Amino acid sequence: MKHAYTWGAILVMASASVVGDILLARAMKQVGDVHALWRRSGLWTVVGRVLANPNFFLGVTAMAFAFFSLLFALSWGDVSLVAPAAASLTFIGNAFAAKVFLHEKVDRRRWIATALVATGVALLAG
Amino acid sequence: MTFRKYLVLAGVAVFAATGDPMLSYGMKQAGSISIHHLQSVIFAVLNPWVAVGILLLLAFFASYMNALSWADLTYVLPATSISYVLLALIAKFALHEHVSALRWLGIALISGGVGFVAGGPALTSHAHELPASLSLDGAQDQVPAKGAGPAADRVPVVSSGVEP
Repeated sequence: MKHAYTWGAILVMASASVVGDILLARAMKQVGDVHALWRRSGLWTVVGRVLANPNFFLGVTAMAFAFFSLLFALSWGDVSLVAPAAASLTFIGNAFAAKVFLHEKVDRRRWIATALVATGVALLAG
Repeated sequence: MTFRKYLVLAGVAVFAATGDPMLSYGMKQAGSISIHHLQSVIFAVLNPWVAVGILLLLAFFASYMNALSWADLTYVLPATSISYVLLALIAKFALHEHVSALRWLGIALISGGVGFVAGGPALTSHAHELPASLSLDGAQDQVPAKGAGPAADRVPVVSSGVEP
């Protein structure tokens, strides 16, 4: 039963991280290239635009939620299982979600890179 | 990709790999925190290791947001996962932890993934749905030759329309 709780918390945490990453990526694409913006209008314009973006706040909220699910997962399972499993699932989930929601062209090169990194992160538990 | 952008990606990886060990080291010194002794949180933050750890994680977040403003999520995540390799090297050489053969294999796979994605384009999305200034900023990226270095950063933005 504890096993099911741990994996449930891992899945909730990975999902919340994916939602957070997608929202933050979308927010920063809406803000635009910060190097160009900084050159044009200065640092405080960059900070102001980021903080005024609703997707940024939703993304940070999702990340905070992911952090609290991590605490729950850690109270039920070992850190050597929870951390790599959640990171690995987040990598895979992000690749799918970025393709669907952000319309990124996830070509074969990126799928292979994502799979290699996700497998590598899972092996770090060994 | 300009030199400055590679620096931002390196910053994401380095700050991610160094922030967590600092926090972990400091929190072990500060002792455990409970909901009934919330003032212990303040003492924890006053611990220099914890304070530096928090600063490093803020620096991580700033450089991560910076990278996401000009590169795809599916580029930034694999490219900065070199932080896992850094973390293992810190564990081995600074904290003298044992790194097993399986872990070295994991590190090799991650490095392979980083090399794979770094050879491709950084930005593929949004060309059709973002304002012209943004897609031009992205296109400007592909123009400078490799090794153009910081000089490429001084190329004026063609499209802004708000310049004096």
